[in-house]
Amino acid sequence: MPDGAVMSAEEMRRAIVRVAHEIVEQNEGCRDLMLVGMRTRGVPLAQRLAAAIEEFEGERVGVGALDIGLYRDDLPERGTRVEIKPSELPQDIAGKRVVLVDDVLYTGRSIRAALDALIDYGRPQRIQLAVLVDRGHRELPIRADFVGKNIPTAMQDDVLVQLEETDGTDQVLVTERRD
Amino acid sequence: MAKNAVRRSRASSTVREREQQQPLPPEAEQIAAAGSVWQRRHLLDLDDFTAAEIELVLETTDAMKEVLARDVPRVPALRGKTIVTLFYESSTRTRASFELAGKVLGADVINVSSSGSSVQKGESLIDTVRTLQAIGTDVLILRHGASGAPYLAAREAAFRVVNAGDGWHAHPTQALLDAYTMRSRLGDLRGRKIVIVGDIAHSRVARSNLWGLTALGAGVVVCGPPTLLPVGLGACGDALGQPPDDMEEAGLPPVRVEHDLDRAIEGADVVMALRLQRERQESGLLPSLREYSRLYQVNGERLARAKPDAFVLHPGPINEGVEISSEVAHGARSLIEEQVQNGVAVRKAILYLLVRGERPPTS
Repeated sequence: MPDGAVMSAEEMRRAIVRVAHEIVEQNEGCRDLMLVGMRTRGVPLAQRLAAAIEEFEGERVGVGALDIGLYRDDLPERGTRVEIKPSELPQDIAGKRVVLVDDVLYTGRSIRAALDALIDYGRPQRIQLAVLVDRGHRELPIRADFVGKNIPTAMQDDVLVQLEETDGTDQVLVTERRD
Repeated sequence: MAKNAVRRSRASSTVREREQQQPLPPEAEQIAAAGSVWQRRHLLDLDDFTAAEIELVLETTDAMKEVLARDVPRVPALRGKTIVTLFYESSTRTRASFELAGKVLGADVINVSSSGSSVQKGESLIDTVRTLQAIGTDVLILRHGASGAPYLAAREAAFRVVNAGDGWHAHPTQALLDAYTMRSRLGDLRGRKIVIVGDIAHSRVARSNLWGLTALGAGVVVCGPPTLLPVGLGACGDALGQPPDDMEEAGLPPVRVEHDLDRAIEGADVVMALRLQRERQESGLLPSLREYSRLYQVNGERLARAKPDAFVLHPGPINEGVEISSEVAHGARSLIEEQVQNGVAVRKAILYLLVRGERPPTS
Protein backbone atom coordinates (compact mmCIF):
# COMPACT_ATOMS: atom_id res chain seq x y z
CA MET A 1 0.00 0.00 0.00
CA PRO A 2 1.27 3.50 -0.78
CA ASP A 3 2.30 5.95 1.88
CA GLY A 4 -0.65 7.11 4.00
CA ALA A 5 -2.99 4.37 2.74
CA VAL A 6 -5.20 2.91 5.46
CA MET A 7 -7.41 0.74 3.27
CA SER A 8 -6.45 -1.17 0.16
CA ALA A 9 -8.68 -2.11 -2.76
CA GLU A 10 -8.97 -5.65 -1.40
CA GLU A 11 -9.92 -4.45 2.10
CA MET A 12 -12.44 -2.08 0.58
CA ARG A 13 -14.04 -4.88 -1.41
CA ARG A 14 -14.36 -7.09 1.69
CA ALA A 15 -15.75 -4.23 3.79
CA ILE A 16 -18.41 -3.49 1.16
CA VAL A 17 -19.44 -7.16 0.97
CA ARG A 18 -19.64 -7.38 4.78
CA VAL A 19 -21.69 -4.17 5.03
CA ALA A 20 -23.99 -5.49 2.30
CA HIS A 21 -24.57 -8.65 4.39
CA GLU A 22 -25.19 -6.57 7.51
CA ILE A 23 -27.74 -4.39 5.72
CA VAL A 24 -29.72 -7.42 4.54
CA GLU A 25 -29.47 -9.12 7.94
CA GLN A 26 -30.52 -6.02 9.85
CA ASN A 27 -33.50 -5.46 7.53
CA GLU A 28 -34.42 -9.16 7.35
CA GLY A 29 -34.15 -9.26 3.58
CA CYS A 30 -34.53 -6.78 0.78
CA ARG A 31 -38.19 -5.95 1.05
CA ASP A 32 -38.83 -2.19 0.72
CA LEU A 33 -35.09 -1.62 0.85
CA MET A 34 -33.58 1.33 -1.04
CA LEU A 35 -29.98 2.50 -1.14
CA VAL A 36 -29.42 6.23 -1.56
CA GLY A 37 -25.87 7.37 -2.25
CA MET A 38 -24.78 10.86 -1.36
CA ARG A 39 -22.98 12.64 -4.17
CA THR A 40 -20.25 12.31 -5.19
CA ARG A 41 -18.64 9.14 -3.85
CA GLY A 42 -21.63 7.77 -1.98
CA VAL A 43 -23.30 6.96 -5.30
CA PRO A 44 -20.77 4.42 -6.63
CA LEU A 45 -20.55 2.93 -3.12
CA ALA A 46 -24.34 2.45 -3.07
CA GLN A 47 -24.14 0.81 -6.50
CA ARG A 48 -21.45 -1.58 -5.27
CA LEU A 49 -23.52 -2.47 -2.19
CA ALA A 50 -26.52 -3.16 -4.44
CA ALA A 51 -24.39 -5.32 -6.72
CA ALA A 52 -23.09 -7.30 -3.71
CA ILE A 53 -26.62 -7.76 -2.37
CA GLU A 54 -27.82 -8.95 -5.77
CA GLU A 55 -25.01 -11.49 -5.86
CA PHE A 56 -25.94 -13.28 -2.64
CA GLU A 57 -29.67 -12.49 -2.36
CA GLY A 58 -30.54 -12.61 -6.05
CA GLU A 59 -32.61 -9.48 -5.66
CA ARG A 60 -32.04 -6.07 -7.19
CA VAL A 61 -32.28 -3.24 -4.66
CA GLY A 62 -33.11 0.25 -5.96
CA VAL A 63 -30.27 2.78 -5.91
CA GLY A 64 -30.74 6.54 -5.78
CA ALA A 65 -28.44 9.56 -5.82
CA LEU A 66 -28.85 12.47 -3.45
CA ASP A 67 -27.28 15.90 -3.83
CA ILE A 68 -27.31 17.82 -0.57
CA GLY A 69 -25.94 21.06 -2.02
CA LEU A 70 -29.19 22.93 -1.44
CA TYR A 71 -29.42 21.76 2.18
CA ARG A 72 -25.98 22.51 3.54
CA ASP A 73 -25.62 24.92 6.44
CA ASP A 74 -21.91 25.58 6.13
CA LEU A 75 -21.68 27.17 2.72
CA PRO A 76 -22.56 30.86 2.87
CA GLU A 77 -19.46 31.81 4.83
CA ARG A 78 -16.94 29.76 2.91
CA GLY A 79 -16.18 29.40 -0.75
CA THR A 80 -16.41 25.81 -1.86
CA ARG A 81 -17.77 23.51 -4.51
CA VAL A 82 -20.96 25.08 -5.85
CA GLU A 83 -21.72 22.51 -8.46
CA ILE A 84 -25.01 20.73 -7.83
CA LYS A 85 -26.70 17.95 -9.75
CA PRO A 86 -30.27 16.73 -9.74
CA SER A 87 -31.12 14.16 -7.11
CA GLU A 88 -32.53 10.95 -8.53
CA LEU A 89 -34.58 8.48 -6.53
CA PRO A 90 -35.63 5.21 -8.22
CA GLN A 91 -39.06 5.23 -6.61
CA ASP A 92 -41.21 6.98 -4.01
CA ILE A 93 -39.44 6.75 -0.67
CA ALA A 94 -42.65 6.76 1.39
CA GLY A 95 -42.75 3.59 3.50
CA LYS A 96 -39.31 2.45 2.33
CA ARG A 97 -36.34 1.39 4.42
CA VAL A 98 -33.77 3.82 3.12
CA VAL A 99 -30.07 3.25 3.65
CA LEU A 100 -28.09 6.45 3.15
CA VAL A 101 -24.62 5.74 1.82
CA ASP A 102 -21.62 8.05 2.10
CA ASP A 103 -17.86 7.62 1.93
CA VAL A 104 -16.68 9.37 5.11
CA LEU A 105 -18.60 10.12 8.31
CA TYR A 106 -16.97 13.09 10.03
CA THR A 107 -18.82 15.98 11.71
CA GLY A 108 -22.25 14.58 10.80
CA ARG A 109 -23.34 17.86 9.24
CA SER A 110 -23.69 16.48 5.74
CA ILE A 111 -25.77 13.60 7.11
CA ARG A 112 -28.00 16.15 8.86
CA ALA A 113 -28.42 17.90 5.48
CA ALA A 114 -29.09 14.58 3.76
CA LEU A 115 -31.83 13.72 6.27
CA ASP A 116 -33.52 17.05 5.56
CA ALA A 117 -33.19 16.48 1.83
CA LEU A 118 -34.56 12.92 2.01
CA ILE A 119 -37.53 13.83 4.17
CA ASP A 120 -38.54 16.49 1.63
CA TYR A 121 -39.28 13.58 -0.73
CA GLY A 122 -41.63 11.78 1.62
CA ARG A 123 -41.79 9.79 4.83
CA PRO A 124 -39.62 6.69 4.73
CA GLN A 125 -40.38 3.94 7.20
CA ARG A 126 -36.81 4.07 8.42
CA ILE A 127 -33.53 5.74 7.51
CA GLN A 128 -30.25 4.01 8.23
CA LEU A 129 -26.72 5.15 7.53
CA ALA A 130 -23.90 3.18 5.92
CA VAL A 131 -20.41 4.69 5.54
CA LEU A 132 -17.17 3.29 4.24
CA VAL A 133 -15.09 5.15 6.83
CA ASP A 134 -15.99 6.60 10.21
CA ARG A 135 -13.25 9.01 11.22
CA GLY A 136 -14.82 10.40 14.41
CA HIS A 137 -15.08 14.06 15.51
CA ARG A 138 -18.86 14.30 15.40
CA GLU A 139 -20.46 17.69 15.95
CA LEU A 140 -24.04 16.40 15.91
CA PRO A 141 -25.77 13.45 17.60
CA ILE A 142 -25.49 11.20 14.54
CA ARG A 143 -24.08 7.68 14.26
CA ALA A 144 -23.72 5.18 11.47
CA ASP A 145 -25.64 1.88 11.43
CA PHE A 146 -23.09 0.22 9.16
CA VAL A 147 -19.39 1.06 9.06
CA GLY A 148 -16.79 -0.30 6.64
CA LYS A 149 -13.90 0.73 8.82
CA ASN A 150 -13.37 2.89 11.89
CA ILE A 151 -10.31 5.05 11.38
CA PRO A 152 -9.33 7.19 14.36
CA THR A 153 -7.94 10.48 13.06
CA ALA A 154 -6.68 13.80 14.30
CA MET A 155 -8.67 16.91 13.39
CA GLN A 156 -5.85 18.12 11.15
CA ASP A 157 -5.87 14.92 9.13
CA ASP A 158 -7.49 14.60 5.72
CA VAL A 159 -9.26 11.37 4.96
CA LEU A 160 -9.46 10.75 1.27
CA VAL A 161 -11.55 7.99 -0.21
CA GLN A 162 -10.68 7.18 -3.79
CA LEU A 163 -12.92 5.00 -5.90
CA GLU A 164 -12.35 3.41 -9.27
CA GLU A 165 -15.46 5.13 -10.66
CA THR A 166 -14.44 8.67 -9.67
CA ASP A 167 -10.69 8.59 -9.06
CA GLY A 168 -9.41 5.67 -11.10
CA THR A 169 -8.29 3.65 -8.07
CA ASP A 170 -9.71 2.02 -4.93
CA GLN A 171 -8.07 3.12 -1.68
CA VAL A 172 -8.42 5.22 1.45
CA LEU A 173 -5.65 7.63 2.39
CA VAL A 174 -5.00 9.64 5.51
CA THR A 175 -2.78 12.63 4.99
CA GLU A 176 -1.83 15.51 7.21
CA ARG A 177 -3.39 18.71 6.03
CA ARG A 178 -1.08 21.43 4.80
CA ASP A 179 -2.58 24.82 5.60
CA MET B 1 -19.70 17.37 3.63
CA ALA B 2 -18.80 20.77 2.22
CA LYS B 3 -15.73 20.83 4.43
CA ASN B 4 -14.87 17.33 3.45
CA ALA B 5 -15.26 18.08 -0.23
CA VAL B 6 -12.78 20.90 -0.05
CA ARG B 7 -10.29 18.87 1.89
CA ARG B 8 -10.70 15.95 -0.39
CA SER B 9 -9.96 17.90 -3.51
CA ARG B 10 -6.94 19.50 -1.92
CA ALA B 11 -5.63 16.22 -0.62
CA SER B 12 -6.20 14.46 -3.90
CA SER B 13 -3.97 16.95 -5.70
CA THR B 14 -1.15 16.41 -3.24
CA VAL B 15 -1.49 12.68 -3.61
CA ARG B 16 -1.46 13.03 -7.35
CA GLU B 17 1.64 15.18 -7.33
CA ARG B 18 3.42 12.75 -5.10
CA GLU B 19 2.64 9.56 -6.85
CA GLN B 20 1.98 10.48 -10.46
CA GLN B 21 -0.56 7.69 -10.75
CA GLN B 22 -2.42 6.68 -13.86
CA PRO B 23 -4.51 9.51 -15.36
CA LEU B 24 -7.88 10.11 -13.74
CA PRO B 25 -11.11 9.26 -15.54
CA PRO B 26 -12.69 12.34 -17.13
CA GLU B 27 -15.46 12.49 -14.52
CA ALA B 28 -12.90 12.86 -11.73
CA GLU B 29 -11.18 15.67 -13.60
CA GLN B 30 -14.52 17.41 -13.89
CA ILE B 31 -15.11 17.05 -10.18
CA ALA B 32 -11.71 18.54 -9.47
CA ALA B 33 -12.24 21.40 -11.92
CA ALA B 34 -15.80 22.27 -10.92
CA GLY B 35 -16.26 24.92 -8.30
CA SER B 36 -13.42 27.01 -9.61
CA VAL B 37 -15.52 28.18 -12.54
CA TRP B 38 -17.83 30.56 -10.70
CA GLN B 39 -16.22 33.73 -9.40
CA ARG B 40 -18.96 36.26 -10.01
CA ARG B 41 -20.76 38.55 -7.63
CA HIS B 42 -23.09 40.05 -10.20
CA LEU B 43 -24.94 39.00 -13.32
CA LEU B 44 -24.97 42.08 -15.52
CA ASP B 45 -24.59 40.69 -19.05
CA LEU B 46 -23.23 37.62 -20.80
CA ASP B 47 -20.67 39.56 -22.86
CA ASP B 48 -17.74 38.34 -20.76
CA PHE B 49 -19.04 34.85 -19.95
CA THR B 50 -17.00 31.82 -20.88
CA ALA B 51 -18.66 28.70 -22.23
CA ALA B 52 -17.69 26.92 -18.98
CA GLU B 53 -19.53 29.49 -16.87
CA ILE B 54 -22.66 29.22 -19.00
CA GLU B 55 -22.41 25.43 -18.80
CA LEU B 56 -22.25 25.64 -15.00
CA VAL B 57 -25.42 27.75 -14.95
CA LEU B 58 -27.20 25.31 -17.26
CA GLU B 59 -26.10 22.28 -15.23
CA THR B 60 -27.19 23.94 -11.99
CA THR B 61 -30.52 24.64 -13.71
CA ASP B 62 -30.99 20.89 -14.17
CA ALA B 63 -30.79 20.40 -10.40
CA MET B 64 -33.18 23.30 -9.86
CA LYS B 65 -35.71 21.77 -12.26
CA GLU B 66 -35.69 18.59 -10.20
CA VAL B 67 -36.63 20.65 -7.13
CA LEU B 68 -39.48 22.34 -9.01
CA ALA B 69 -40.91 18.97 -10.00
CA ARG B 70 -41.43 17.92 -6.37
CA ASP B 71 -44.73 17.97 -4.54
CA VAL B 72 -43.35 20.59 -2.17
CA PRO B 73 -40.84 22.59 -4.19
CA ARG B 74 -38.88 24.24 -1.44
CA VAL B 75 -35.28 23.95 -0.28
CA PRO B 76 -33.40 25.92 2.39
CA ALA B 77 -30.41 26.92 0.24
CA LEU B 78 -30.93 30.69 0.62
CA ARG B 79 -32.69 30.69 3.95
CA GLY B 80 -32.23 33.99 5.77
CA LYS B 81 -31.26 35.87 2.60
CA THR B 82 -33.22 38.88 1.41
CA ILE B 83 -33.88 39.35 -2.27
CA VAL B 84 -35.36 42.60 -3.55
CA THR B 85 -36.84 42.97 -7.00
CA LEU B 86 -36.69 46.61 -8.08
CA PHE B 87 -38.53 47.15 -11.33
CA TYR B 88 -38.67 50.52 -13.05
CA GLU B 89 -40.44 48.92 -16.01
CA SER B 90 -43.43 46.64 -16.12
CA SER B 91 -42.96 42.90 -16.23
CA THR B 92 -44.98 39.77 -15.63
CA ARG B 93 -42.86 36.73 -16.32
CA THR B 94 -39.43 38.02 -15.34
CA ARG B 95 -40.55 39.44 -12.04
CA ALA B 96 -42.86 36.57 -11.14
CA SER B 97 -40.20 33.99 -11.96
CA PHE B 98 -37.52 35.77 -9.91
CA GLU B 99 -39.90 36.04 -6.99
CA LEU B 100 -40.83 32.39 -7.21
CA ALA B 101 -37.20 31.37 -7.66
CA GLY B 102 -36.21 33.22 -4.50
CA LYS B 103 -39.07 31.74 -2.52
CA VAL B 104 -38.40 28.18 -3.65
CA LEU B 105 -34.83 28.59 -2.38
CA GLY B 106 -36.12 29.75 0.99
CA ALA B 107 -35.16 33.43 0.69
CA ASP B 108 -37.35 36.36 1.69
CA VAL B 109 -38.43 38.27 -1.39
CA ILE B 110 -39.53 41.88 -1.39
CA ASN B 111 -40.98 43.51 -4.48
CA VAL B 112 -40.45 47.21 -5.08
CA SER B 113 -41.80 48.91 -8.15
CA SER B 114 -41.26 52.46 -9.29
CA SER B 115 -44.93 53.35 -8.83
CA GLY B 116 -46.00 53.34 -5.21
CA SER B 117 -42.43 53.70 -3.90
CA SER B 118 -40.17 56.65 -3.15
CA VAL B 119 -39.07 56.50 -6.77
CA GLN B 120 -42.31 58.30 -7.53
CA LYS B 121 -41.25 61.04 -5.13
CA GLY B 122 -38.13 61.53 -7.19
CA GLU B 123 -35.65 59.37 -5.31
CA SER B 124 -32.64 58.64 -7.50
CA LEU B 125 -31.54 55.12 -8.36
CA ILE B 126 -28.43 55.47 -6.21
CA ASP B 127 -30.40 56.65 -3.19
CA THR B 128 -32.85 53.79 -3.62
CA VAL B 129 -29.95 51.34 -3.86
CA ARG B 130 -28.46 52.73 -0.64
CA THR B 131 -31.81 52.48 1.10
CA LEU B 132 -32.15 48.87 0.04
CA GLN B 133 -28.63 48.18 1.23
CA ALA B 134 -29.46 49.72 4.60
CA ILE B 135 -32.39 47.34 5.12
CA GLY B 136 -30.11 44.35 4.57
CA THR B 137 -30.58 43.31 0.94
CA ASP B 138 -28.45 40.39 -0.21
CA VAL B 139 -29.45 40.31 -3.86
CA LEU B 140 -30.98 43.10 -5.92
CA ILE B 141 -32.88 42.16 -9.06
CA LEU B 142 -33.02 45.34 -11.12
CA ARG B 143 -34.94 46.25 -14.23
CA HIS B 144 -34.45 49.76 -15.52
CA GLY B 145 -35.18 51.67 -18.70
CA ALA B 146 -31.66 53.10 -18.85
CA SER B 147 -28.93 50.91 -20.29
CA GLY B 148 -26.19 50.45 -17.73
CA ALA B 149 -28.31 51.13 -14.63
CA PRO B 150 -27.46 47.73 -13.05
CA TYR B 151 -23.75 48.50 -13.49
CA LEU B 152 -24.22 51.68 -11.52
CA ALA B 153 -26.07 49.80 -8.79
CA ALA B 154 -23.36 47.12 -8.69
CA ARG B 155 -20.69 49.79 -8.28
CA GLU B 156 -22.54 51.48 -5.44
CA ALA B 157 -23.74 48.50 -3.46
CA ALA B 158 -22.19 45.79 -1.35
CA PHE B 159 -24.90 43.32 -2.36
CA ARG B 160 -25.15 41.23 -5.46
CA VAL B 161 -26.93 42.62 -8.50
CA VAL B 162 -28.82 40.76 -11.19
CA ASN B 163 -29.72 42.63 -14.35
CA ALA B 164 -33.35 41.82 -15.15
CA GLY B 165 -33.27 44.01 -18.25
CA ASP B 166 -31.66 47.43 -18.78
CA GLY B 167 -32.82 49.60 -21.65
CA TRP B 168 -31.82 48.16 -25.01
CA HIS B 169 -28.68 46.72 -23.52
CA ALA B 170 -28.94 43.32 -21.83
CA HIS B 171 -31.28 40.73 -20.34
CA PRO B 172 -28.91 37.94 -19.33
CA THR B 173 -31.34 35.64 -17.50
CA GLN B 174 -33.61 35.59 -20.57
CA ALA B 175 -30.66 34.60 -22.73
CA LEU B 176 -29.67 31.89 -20.26
CA LEU B 177 -33.17 30.44 -20.20
CA ASP B 178 -33.28 30.56 -23.98
CA ALA B 179 -29.97 28.69 -24.14
CA TYR B 180 -31.22 26.18 -21.57
CA THR B 181 -34.45 25.62 -23.50
CA MET B 182 -32.60 25.12 -26.79
CA ARG B 183 -30.02 22.85 -25.24
CA SER B 184 -32.61 20.68 -23.52
CA ARG B 185 -34.05 19.89 -26.97
CA LEU B 186 -30.99 20.03 -29.22
CA GLY B 187 -28.15 19.04 -26.91
CA ASP B 188 -24.85 20.70 -27.74
CA LEU B 189 -25.45 24.00 -29.55
CA ARG B 190 -22.11 24.00 -31.32
CA GLY B 191 -22.61 24.43 -35.06
CA ARG B 192 -26.38 24.86 -34.73
CA LYS B 193 -28.00 27.55 -36.82
CA ILE B 194 -30.08 29.94 -34.77
CA VAL B 195 -32.04 32.72 -36.47
CA ILE B 196 -33.17 35.74 -34.47
CA VAL B 197 -35.85 37.70 -36.30
CA GLY B 198 -37.19 41.16 -35.67
CA ASP B 199 -36.25 44.36 -33.91
CA ILE B 200 -32.67 43.53 -33.02
CA ALA B 201 -31.66 47.16 -32.52
CA HIS B 202 -34.01 47.77 -29.61
CA SER B 203 -33.84 44.28 -28.13
CA ARG B 204 -31.85 43.54 -24.98
CA VAL B 205 -32.98 39.94 -25.33
CA ALA B 206 -31.32 39.70 -28.73
CA ARG B 207 -28.11 41.32 -27.51
CA SER B 208 -27.64 38.98 -24.56
CA ASN B 209 -28.59 36.02 -26.72
CA LEU B 210 -25.94 36.94 -29.26
CA TRP B 211 -23.26 36.82 -26.56
CA GLY B 212 -24.56 33.65 -24.92
CA LEU B 213 -25.24 31.65 -28.06
CA THR B 214 -21.96 32.53 -29.74
CA ALA B 215 -20.06 31.68 -26.55
CA LEU B 216 -21.70 28.25 -26.71
CA GLY B 217 -20.51 27.89 -30.28
CA ALA B 218 -23.80 28.34 -32.12
CA GLY B 219 -23.96 30.10 -35.47
CA VAL B 220 -26.31 33.05 -35.16
CA VAL B 221 -28.08 34.81 -37.99
CA VAL B 222 -29.97 38.00 -37.24
CA CYS B 223 -32.73 39.06 -39.56
CA GLY B 224 -34.84 42.19 -39.77
CA PRO B 225 -35.39 45.38 -41.72
CA PRO B 226 -32.26 47.56 -41.93
CA THR B 227 -33.87 50.21 -39.71
CA LEU B 228 -34.21 47.70 -36.89
CA LEU B 229 -30.71 46.27 -37.01
CA PRO B 230 -27.94 47.85 -34.96
CA VAL B 231 -25.40 49.83 -36.93
CA GLY B 232 -22.16 47.92 -37.18
CA LEU B 233 -23.53 44.44 -36.75
CA GLY B 234 -23.50 44.05 -40.52
CA ALA B 235 -19.76 44.69 -40.52
CA CYS B 236 -19.41 41.29 -38.88
CA GLY B 237 -20.05 39.79 -42.29
CA ASP B 238 -20.04 36.06 -42.87
CA ALA B 239 -19.40 34.86 -39.39
CA LEU B 240 -21.36 31.63 -39.38
CA GLY B 241 -18.87 28.90 -38.81
CA GLN B 242 -15.65 30.90 -38.89
CA PRO B 243 -15.92 34.09 -36.86
CA PRO B 244 -13.06 36.49 -37.63
CA ASP B 245 -10.97 37.40 -34.59
CA ASP B 246 -11.30 41.15 -34.88
CA MET B 247 -15.05 41.14 -34.25
CA GLU B 248 -14.81 40.48 -30.56
CA GLU B 249 -12.19 43.18 -30.35
CA ALA B 250 -14.70 45.54 -31.87
CA GLY B 251 -17.09 44.59 -29.08
CA LEU B 252 -19.42 42.64 -31.34
CA PRO B 253 -20.35 38.99 -31.11
CA PRO B 254 -19.77 36.98 -34.29
CA VAL B 255 -23.03 36.85 -36.20
CA ARG B 256 -24.34 37.00 -39.73
CA VAL B 257 -26.84 39.57 -40.90
CA GLU B 258 -29.59 38.75 -43.35
CA HIS B 259 -32.43 41.00 -44.48
CA ASP B 260 -34.47 38.36 -46.29
CA LEU B 261 -36.20 36.07 -43.78
CA ASP B 262 -36.93 33.37 -46.35
CA ARG B 263 -33.22 33.10 -47.00
CA ALA B 264 -32.18 33.47 -43.36
CA ILE B 265 -34.47 30.72 -42.13
CA GLU B 266 -33.12 28.15 -44.61
CA GLY B 267 -31.90 25.09 -42.64
CA ALA B 268 -32.29 26.73 -39.22
CA ASP B 269 -32.33 24.64 -36.04
CA VAL B 270 -34.03 27.37 -34.03
CA VAL B 271 -36.02 30.44 -35.01
CA MET B 272 -36.43 33.10 -32.37
CA ALA B 273 -38.99 35.81 -33.03
CA LEU B 274 -38.76 39.06 -31.10
CA ARG B 275 -41.58 41.27 -29.94
CA LEU B 276 -42.23 44.18 -32.26
CA GLN B 277 -43.19 47.25 -30.32
CA ARG B 278 -45.81 49.36 -31.97
CA GLU B 279 -43.94 52.53 -31.13
CA ARG B 280 -41.29 51.55 -33.71
CA GLN B 281 -43.82 52.10 -36.40
CA GLU B 282 -45.00 55.33 -34.82
CA SER B 283 -41.44 56.62 -34.74
CA GLY B 284 -41.08 56.03 -38.47
CA LEU B 285 -38.77 53.01 -38.48
CA LEU B 286 -41.41 50.92 -40.22
CA PRO B 287 -43.83 51.89 -42.99
CA SER B 288 -46.60 49.74 -41.49
CA LEU B 289 -47.15 46.75 -39.24
CA ARG B 290 -48.82 44.98 -42.14
CA GLU B 291 -45.75 45.31 -44.28
CA TYR B 292 -43.57 44.18 -41.40
CA SER B 293 -45.58 41.01 -40.85
CA ARG B 294 -45.66 40.30 -44.57
CA LEU B 295 -41.87 40.37 -44.69
CA TYR B 296 -40.78 39.25 -41.25
CA GLN B 297 -43.53 37.25 -39.60
CA VAL B 298 -42.52 33.76 -38.53
CA ASN B 299 -45.35 31.66 -39.97
CA GLY B 300 -45.89 28.09 -41.04
CA GLU B 301 -44.90 28.68 -44.62
CA ARG B 302 -41.57 30.20 -43.65
CA LEU B 303 -40.91 27.67 -40.91
CA ALA B 304 -41.16 24.94 -43.57
CA ARG B 305 -37.85 26.23 -44.94
CA ALA B 306 -36.09 25.54 -41.64
CA LYS B 307 -35.01 22.06 -40.60
CA PRO B 308 -38.05 19.75 -40.27
CA ASP B 309 -37.52 19.49 -36.50
CA ALA B 310 -36.69 23.17 -35.94
CA PHE B 311 -37.97 24.86 -32.81
CA VAL B 312 -39.53 28.28 -32.36
CA LEU B 313 -38.84 30.57 -29.42
CA HIS B 314 -40.18 33.95 -28.38
CA PRO B 315 -39.26 35.88 -25.23
CA GLY B 316 -42.82 37.18 -24.84
CA PRO B 317 -45.12 38.96 -24.56
CA ILE B 318 -46.33 37.96 -28.03
CA ASN B 319 -48.00 40.14 -30.64
CA GLU B 320 -49.84 37.33 -32.30
CA GLY B 321 -50.24 37.93 -36.01
CA VAL B 322 -47.47 40.52 -36.11
CA GLU B 323 -44.04 38.97 -35.52
CA ILE B 324 -45.36 35.42 -35.23
CA SER B 325 -48.48 33.71 -36.54
CA SER B 326 -50.91 32.11 -34.08
CA GLU B 327 -50.48 28.67 -35.63
CA VAL B 328 -46.71 28.78 -35.06
CA ALA B 329 -46.87 30.39 -31.60
CA HIS B 330 -49.14 27.63 -30.36
CA GLY B 331 -47.94 24.91 -32.69
CA ALA B 332 -46.02 21.71 -32.08
CA ARG B 333 -42.63 23.32 -32.72
CA SER B 334 -43.19 26.15 -30.27
CA LEU B 335 -41.19 26.14 -27.03
CA ILE B 336 -42.63 29.42 -25.78
CA GLU B 337 -44.36 27.94 -22.76
CA GLU B 338 -41.31 25.85 -21.97
CA GLN B 339 -39.23 29.02 -21.95
CA VAL B 340 -41.44 30.48 -19.24
CA GLN B 341 -41.23 27.27 -17.20
CA ASN B 342 -37.46 27.13 -17.53
CA GLY B 343 -37.26 30.78 -16.48
CA VAL B 344 -37.89 29.91 -12.85
CA ALA B 345 -35.25 27.16 -12.77
CA VAL B 346 -32.61 29.29 -14.52
CA ARG B 347 -33.21 32.19 -12.13
CA LYS B 348 -32.92 29.85 -9.18
CA ALA B 349 -29.58 28.67 -10.51
CA ILE B 350 -28.35 32.25 -10.87
CA LEU B 351 -29.48 33.25 -7.38
CA TYR B 352 -27.88 30.16 -5.90
CA LEU B 353 -24.57 30.64 -7.71
CA LEU B 354 -24.32 34.33 -6.93
CA VAL B 355 -25.05 33.92 -3.23
CA ARG B 356 -23.27 30.64 -2.55
CA GLY B 357 -20.66 30.47 -5.26
CA GLU B 358 -16.98 30.79 -4.73
CA ARG B 359 -15.68 34.27 -4.03
CA PRO B 360 -12.62 35.57 -5.75
CA PRO B 361 -9.80 35.73 -3.19
CA THR B 362 -9.74 39.52 -3.33
CA SER B 363 -13.33 40.08 -2.22
